[in-house]
Amino acid sequence: MSRQAVLCAVGLGIAVIYPLLAPNYLINIGMMVFFVAFIGQSWNIAGGFAGQTSFGHVVFFGTGAYTSTILQVTYSWNPWLAWPAAMLAGGIVGWIIAFLSFRAGLRGSYFALITLAFAEVFRILANSVPFTRGGLGMLIKADQRPINFQFKDPIWIYYIALVLCVISLLIAWRLTRNRFGARLVAIRENEDAARALGIDVFAEKVKVLTLSGAMCAAGGTFYAQKYLYIDPSIAFGVDKSVEMLLVSMVGGAGTIFGPLIGSVALTVINEVTRGLASVVPALKNVQPLSLVVYGIMLVLIVARLPDGLMGLFRRKPRHA
Amino acid sequence: MLEVRELSKSFGGLKAVDQASLDVRQGEIVGLIGPNGAGKTTLFAAIAGFHKPDAGRVTLDGTDITALAPHSICARGMVRTFQITQPFAKISVRENIMVGAYLHTADRALAAHQAEAVAGMVGMAGQLDQMGADLTVAGRKRLELARALATGPRLLLLDEVMAGLNPTEITEIVQVIRDIRDSGITILLIEHVMQAVTSLAERVYVLNQGRMIAEGTPAAIADDPQVVEAYLGHGAAKVLRA
Repeated sequence: MSRQAVLCAVGLGIAVIYPLLAPNYLINIGMMVFFVAFIGQSWNIAGGFAGQTSFGHVVFFGTGAYTSTILQVTYSWNPWLAWPAAMLAGGIVGWIIAFLSFRAGLRGSYFALITLAFAEVFRILANSVPFTRGGLGMLIKADQRPINFQFKDPIWIYYIALVLCVISLLIAWRLTRNRFGARLVAIRENEDAARALGIDVFAEKVKVLTLSGAMCAAGGTFYAQKYLYIDPSIAFGVDKSVEMLLVSMVGGAGTIFGPLIGSVALTVINEVTRGLASVVPALKNVQPLSLVVYGIMLVLIVARLPDGLMGLFRRKPRHA
Repeated sequence: MLEVRELSKSFGGLKAVDQASLDVRQGEIVGLIGPNGAGKTTLFAAIAGFHKPDAGRVTLDGTDITALAPHSICARGMVRTFQITQPFAKISVRENIMVGAYLHTADRALAAHQAEAVAGMVGMAGQLDQMGADLTVAGRKRLELARALATGPRLLLLDEVMAGLNPTEITEIVQVIRDIRDSGITILLIEHVMQAVTSLAERVYVLNQGRMIAEGTPAAIADDPQVVEAYLGHGAAKVLRA
């Protein structure tokens, strides 16, 4: 146990010092790693711990991004205040989707498909309703002051991503040690047995999707503040859903560090393949090469490492 | 303690349970037997809230619990096990049992402590760190029992905990069930095998084709011509008597 604590402390130390030594573009990559790990963790809490696999998690991400951006652009809210409002909106959307799908008894792939459908509906709505400015997207006025959640130096946005990631790790860690988490795992492993042992399966599933939705929405606001622009396909595009699911599965769904490890692995692959494509002429026309490697990796993981990369380190289960 | 009155449950055109009634009194071990497909498990599922009965009433300590959700029935002190064991495969035995113990406490240390105590009671103290998926059939049956016990029930519904066990394992689990009863928990158990029931139960109900056809002590039941015929076929009682 203490060995793990030491590892965590060392890892955190490196993450804190890293941007002081790295050039800006590497800081940016580090920021993306933590950001994707964060939204991946929001997926992992529902999909990994509780086994409620969603293909449309981006619906929460987009809800968060649009809520804070609309409040800021249209109603002149301060983005720091719009942030919790975005999380609230994400939580509400999570609650509603969970309530509707689980009341209807949707499980497994049916639940996954309904979340995908919700995400698509939100994307189409964002494209057509006036208050999102449709397909034009929304631009946040650049005014690089910390009070506006905008920073001149990329180091600050890096640190915010790091803090988000650490918070998400702490949430996941709590879930491995409290009753709520134990119940989620029981539901994932066997719903009927969970029910027989006194677990209100419906209520717990609604709770976890609400939590997951709020977290993911926080990621949406972060993203909007970093790039200062969102449109329906950025905010509600299926590729973000896939990314969240992929980092969790690659790293190890239902584990604390799965999304982070998956995020590191996919980012490394992404950068290496990009570099390779620019150096090796034969690969120049394979665009983008990273997707090919993702695909191969996913096949290998599903076939060989169902517990993800974390499965390589996994020892006996820990307890008390 | 438990009263089931004229409970019926059909699936499509098939009457799985047809106006079945039974009583379980505080401190008893009651058996529910019957040939394959008699509707025993369906009756259990209807009592425990897993199937909504078409008609009839279930009361626990005088409160109507008909068609309550399984988790609320469990919270009221009645818990069932599954004939086809349902271990949480990817977590340890300890964590499996803790899920049950968490019903009445949110405290992790306390739940772990209770899980260990229950494991000792069913003879799994040495297997606490094994994964649910790695258990033998006998281990899984014990785990079913342990998880249910950890919820702190007053009434335990056991669905064929002895099926698939060898004679030594059966002897062991019979003793475990006796110990559980002696600790103050009332038990209603389904068994397919009459022999196992006769050594445990004070009273036995016999279900055949969804109907309750007999009730009494194990000895009386074994002599009941209706019961003999239910198991061995029409006319068998006469042949045996001759």
